[in-house]
Amino acid sequence: MTNDILVFAEQRNDVVHPAALQLVMPAKALAATTGGKVVACLIGDKLDNAMAAVEKTGVDRIIAVSAPQLGLYSAVRYRTALATAIANVEPRIVLLAATFMGRDLAPRVAVKTQAALATDVVELTISGDGALDVRRPVYNGKAFCHVSFPEDRLAIASVRPNTFSAPAGGSGAARAALAYTPGPGDDRINVQEIARSAGAVKDVTEADIIVSGGRALKSEDNFKILYELAQELDAAVGASRAACDAGYQPHSRQVGLTGKTVTPRLYIACGISGAIQHLAGMRGSKVIVAINTDKEAPIFKLADYGIVADVFKVVPALTAEVQRLKG
Amino acid sequence: MKILVLVRQVPDSTTTIKIRPDAKDIERTGVKMVVNPFDEFAIEQAVLLREKRPDVQSVTALIVGPATAAEALRTALAVGADDGMHLQDDAFTALDELQMAALIAAVVQGGGYDLILLGKQEIDLDSGQLGPALAEALDWPHVGATVKLEFAADGKSFVARRRIEGAEEVVQLALPAVVTADKGLCEMRYPSLPNLMKAKKKPVKVVKAADVPGLAEAVGRVGGTALHTFQPPPARPAGKLIAGEPDQAAKELVRLLREEAKAI
Repeated sequence: MTNDILVFAEQRNDVVHPAALQLVMPAKALAATTGGKVVACLIGDKLDNAMAAVEKTGVDRIIAVSAPQLGLYSAVRYRTALATAIANVEPRIVLLAATFMGRDLAPRVAVKTQAALATDVVELTISGDGALDVRRPVYNGKAFCHVSFPEDRLAIASVRPNTFSAPAGGSGAARAALAYTPGPGDDRINVQEIARSAGAVKDVTEADIIVSGGRALKSEDNFKILYELAQELDAAVGASRAACDAGYQPHSRQVGLTGKTVTPRLYIACGISGAIQHLAGMRGSKVIVAINTDKEAPIFKLADYGIVADVFKVVPALTAEVQRLKG
Repeated sequence: MKILVLVRQVPDSTTTIKIRPDAKDIERTGVKMVVNPFDEFAIEQAVLLREKRPDVQSVTALIVGPATAAEALRTALAVGADDGMHLQDDAFTALDELQMAALIAAVVQGGGYDLILLGKQEIDLDSGQLGPALAEALDWPHVGATVKLEFAADGKSFVARRRIEGAEEVVQLALPAVVTADKGLCEMRYPSLPNLMKAKKKPVKVVKAADVPGLAEAVGRVGGTALHTFQPPPARPAGKLIAGEPDQAAKELVRLLREEAKAI
């Protein structure tokens, strides 16, 4: 085992996931303690643009595992590829982003490499005995706890998106290529296609700003005022479970306990009372705005800024104001 | 086809979470426990397959937990699982999730199961490690966060849709496989009172550590993390209520978001 930190730089279609670039800063901090290097690993088919983006974050080394069969994500092929990179680098710690891919891949890789694993971490340190110690939210963000790792085993952690920022200005990383040798059973998952959701609207898990609506919007049609504001802010539109169950928005836009967990820079809750299940999905947002007619609504307890008023009056006024300032 | 569905018992999502004074865990007394919502989708999917497909021989529900976890197992039986397996031993409480996967793999290996269904994550620790880790421990393929599952006529393979950022991945797999359920797959039917009574008569096999050959070696190979120092979430500073007419309030909000919060 070396003292290096291996970062899995998740990409799709030669575009690195922003959350993967955010791994470099905590990786560098860990490497400073262990005395190792930061090595990024990319897995895919065509990786030129993705590698260039990773290089800018200032990693020491980049390893590419590229093959035509790796063009689309497959849990078993990517497991084999990442395990190959781990065997090559022999890192002390491996970091992934806690994205759909990272959460799906990390447990398989951990079992394959006989490692220990923590999911969705927000803080990483090396404890006195030299082992990794991380902090993570539990009970839908209603508590945090620390997770200690055994000293004698590879430590793998997936990091919550938007917890760290991506460094810039790096260059000159050493590059190496590793061959992908399919393992037995690697062809058992046949990825047929990626079906994009209708329209070009951003997904809530990809956006820096989310404009979210609740049952108070009263209809699917009325959600258009949120889409108008979202367009001005380059935001995604989300919805509460109540609004999704009522059919105003598809469940793919649901934020909350059984929906998606989001951690954007700004979350604007419109006509959402703030049921505990909804708060579970968005309490990690950096800045929270609540707009609701009921001043007793629980969402106001969490909000940084609140307006007690009708969303149908406030939201169009917000859109107009943002438009005006943009000129 | 033999189906295994994994059930976990978690605190109800509306529970107020209090940290124990020694910070080693949350306060457990008086906390209402329910079936993990994502596991409910898995249970329903298993029962739907059982009802629709003549080639489904049985649905077995499995839970790891103390004696009180039997209640969650009974819900699965009341909804339509045929029998249950309760892995209950003090030795299991110290296992982390990867080790839990190793335990379950050791128990179900050779059991003749073709499909294992479970929720994509548990809503207490929110880690979602169990499904993919179990698949790896069994050397099976898996599909995570599945929102749609369609079997081929011969019942040997299926097409699944799994949720990713702003899209769905469409994948095709042959059995055996592990499938983890996301919201949208299906909603669990309500377990009726007569069915809950009948569920009491369904067979439940209790499995102890001594019943699992090679357990120590299997769990000794992976994991070993330990939870410590529980804390309440960091307090958010008190919010600002913006008064005034909607037009004025909207202007002031935009100003604050730009100048104070620097969020837009």
